[in-house]
Amino acid sequence: MGDDVSLLWVYLSERPLTWLTATVTAYAIADRIALSVGRHPLFNPVVLAAIIVIAVLTLTGTPFPVYFEGAQFVHFMLGPATVALAIPLVENWGTVKRAARPIAAALVAAALTAVGSALALGWAFGLPRDVLVSLAPKSVTTPIAMGISASLGGIPALTAILVIMTGVCGAMTVTPLMNALKMRDMAARGFAAGVAAHGIGTARAFQVDPLAGAFAGIGMALNGAFTALLVPLLLGLF
Amino acid sequence: MINALVVLLGLQLMGEVVVNLFGLPIPGPVLGGGALAVILLARGRVGAELSSTAHVILRNLSLLFVPAAVGVIEYRDMFVAYGLPLFVTVLGSTMLAMAAAALVFRWVGR
Repeated sequence: MGDDVSLLWVYLSERPLTWLTATVTAYAIADRIALSVGRHPLFNPVVLAAIIVIAVLTLTGTPFPVYFEGAQFVHFMLGPATVALAIPLVENWGTVKRAARPIAAALVAAALTAVGSALALGWAFGLPRDVLVSLAPKSVTTPIAMGISASLGGIPALTAILVIMTGVCGAMTVTPLMNALKMRDMAARGFAAGVAAHGIGTARAFQVDPLAGAFAGIGMALNGAFTALLVPLLLGLF
Repeated sequence: MINALVVLLGLQLMGEVVVNLFGLPIPGPVLGGGALAVILLARGRVGAELSSTAHVILRNLSLLFVPAAVGVIEYRDMFVAYGLPLFVTVLGSTMLAMAAAALVFRWVGR
């Protein structure tokens, strides 16, 4: 009997379906927890779901590549989801057009602050240059950030972690920070989340308000392009 | 839903092909999304099916980041060396960037 169970587990643990199911189930549980606390920003569903999955992988001794065989189907949907950001953009086009000037100004301010403050803080902590390069593009979406990091002598794998950390930090702090600044405009709040904390910030914005989500998507897309131009320039200073 | 998926996947594919062909420094899906926005604006409306499918996906955008977030465990060694300074830098810099974005947005929007 015990042998049968362990054989069954050996079989299941190597099926992509097991880890696909685990990912979606962990998210369903995480989202429920987040809902039950009224979407309190500290109960971020990405973090809660990742903690659940990491606990299961650790307890079962499952290596990440085996997990990713199943999880890749969820991961893959990031592509079509990025294309889908065009839809709220078009649906809110009137508001977006009227906000063209604040969008442009806030993009420049946020991108300069994100890259500049990361380099300045990291430099003050005495981090080595390759780590500084890896930090610089942390506010943009992973493929762009890793590309910037690789082309300028950073460590792309470290950049990937820092990008995720940035997204999580942004998603968890955006609501209390915006409240402290008495920011009532959902467009400004959403834009801030997307421009500084890319997709994970945008995901938070969509859970709070559709208009905030649309502006977060704009911020994320614009900053991807802008930071690619900005990082090489600012790195010259450090 | 199927027609909407054809549109989303088709434009992603088109984006990837163009990016590869011309060696552009942006991801294919971003270009595909830009192209979709241009097409929809030219058409002047978003179909009900495309709209509802997109909103279902975007409402659950958090789910799509779970595998990448789990992937952080692959690189934990890299983090141990500089853990605390990196964490403080990322948290501080992200909050500063969000504050700068929102304050400038409000100031210029007046």
